[in-house]
Amino acid sequence: MAKPNSGHHPNLRYVLLLFWLVSLALFCSAAPAEAASAIPVVDPDAWWIWPLALFVVCFFLGIIAVPAGVGGGVLFVPIVGGFFPFHLDFVRGAGLLVAMASALAAGPSLLKNGMANLRLAMPLALAASISSIAGAKLGLALPDNIVQTSLGVTILGITVLMVSAKKSEFPHVPQPDSWSAALGIHGIFHDGISGKDISWQVHRTPAGLVLFLVIGFLGGLFGVGAGWANVPGLNLLMGVPLKVAAGTSSMILSMASSSATWYYLDNGAILPIIAVPSVIGMMIGARIGAHLLTILKASVIRNMVIAILLFAGVRTLLKGLGIWT
Amino acid sequence: MESRHKPHPEQLHYATVLHWSTLAGFIVLIATFVVYMFGWLPANIPLQQLPQLWGLSASEFLRVTGMQTGWSWLFMMGKGDSASQLGIAMLSGCSIACILAVMPDYAKSRNFTYLMICTLEVAVLVVSASGFFTAH
Repeated sequence: MAKPNSGHHPNLRYVLLLFWLVSLALFCSAAPAEAASAIPVVDPDAWWIWPLALFVVCFFLGIIAVPAGVGGGVLFVPIVGGFFPFHLDFVRGAGLLVAMASALAAGPSLLKNGMANLRLAMPLALAASISSIAGAKLGLALPDNIVQTSLGVTILGITVLMVSAKKSEFPHVPQPDSWSAALGIHGIFHDGISGKDISWQVHRTPAGLVLFLVIGFLGGLFGVGAGWANVPGLNLLMGVPLKVAAGTSSMILSMASSSATWYYLDNGAILPIIAVPSVIGMMIGARIGAHLLTILKASVIRNMVIAILLFAGVRTLLKGLGIWT
Repeated sequence: MESRHKPHPEQLHYATVLHWSTLAGFIVLIATFVVYMFGWLPANIPLQQLPQLWGLSASEFLRVTGMQTGWSWLFMMGKGDSASQLGIAMLSGCSIACILAVMPDYAKSRNFTYLMICTLEVAVLVVSASGFFTAH
């Protein structure tokens, strides 16, 4: 049977090859400036190299983020923070914007096809929104090396979580808890693979609220988004089916990142020259990544992302400790 | 086989508002950034100077450049870098617009619990956007 989108593959290869060559050229030209000093001395006429390099890197991050099942923010912050000359404040601000923009763009279709549930998202997003402001406030107040070191530890923790976390496609929830029953949190979604409508309900809602307070705080503190924690929290703790957990995670992220993004924006920690190329690159890459889902082996991409996170986490940790500056 | 179960009406309403507000935000984000990058508007900080400044912390950056915190950028729309903040602010405000849009739906269905949750969420986002937490 012919693949429905097989006609796009040659074009896609050319696009990927072109971006790969451009990124190589950019890094070759930008690297000497970076190596020379902590604050790079860049030819004033070549300022555009960095935003262009950022666009290219984020394009590739977007491509691998979707098949790997992670949000862009968790890849963006350690990689850009570790290997680009921008201060971590601006990287975290841009990371929040990247995570929020991706979640906003995905939101409408997820809500319309029932893969995200607004009634489930709203109370959890409220908890995460409040704590993400606290996280953002603390993140901008702490010394750089402490934030960098804690970020490195967190990224390595996320890597361990990605390797070890179990998933349950359709968790068994025998009885909804009183909170979720009172809030009317339940639903039915259409599983395209089995062709069946699957009803679901949740339990452990109070514990979920506490967990999302913690997740929101970390998201605001490090600007990493929180899909890596939202999905296991919804799926394993509260018993939400995996696909609905992934979709609802996106809705929670869009609201919680918004409150922290405002704080970063108000404090001058979002520079358009860093944030906008990142968002655009990630969005374009994510669209291609969504197409690649059908032709790439997700487990290979996932292992690659785990390796990248491990490397970026070690780099961030050592940078924070002053060992690899 | 298509599902016969449709999401709640307020969820579909939220999705529609989210679609249009996000689209508007992205259009403004890209348009203002193009204006900024091509120098069609003068910038508060010349692009050539940014490589010497983006390695500073946010607080040092503000001190060195003399830029203001909060909504000051809104009153400098004639500058490319301030104008390009508009798209960022629009995207950050999408959730507020969506929640405000579904609040009448909850009120009509007398779902006061969710009306309260929406009110609290809007309050958190608006207070955060206002710069209150920056000042305190």
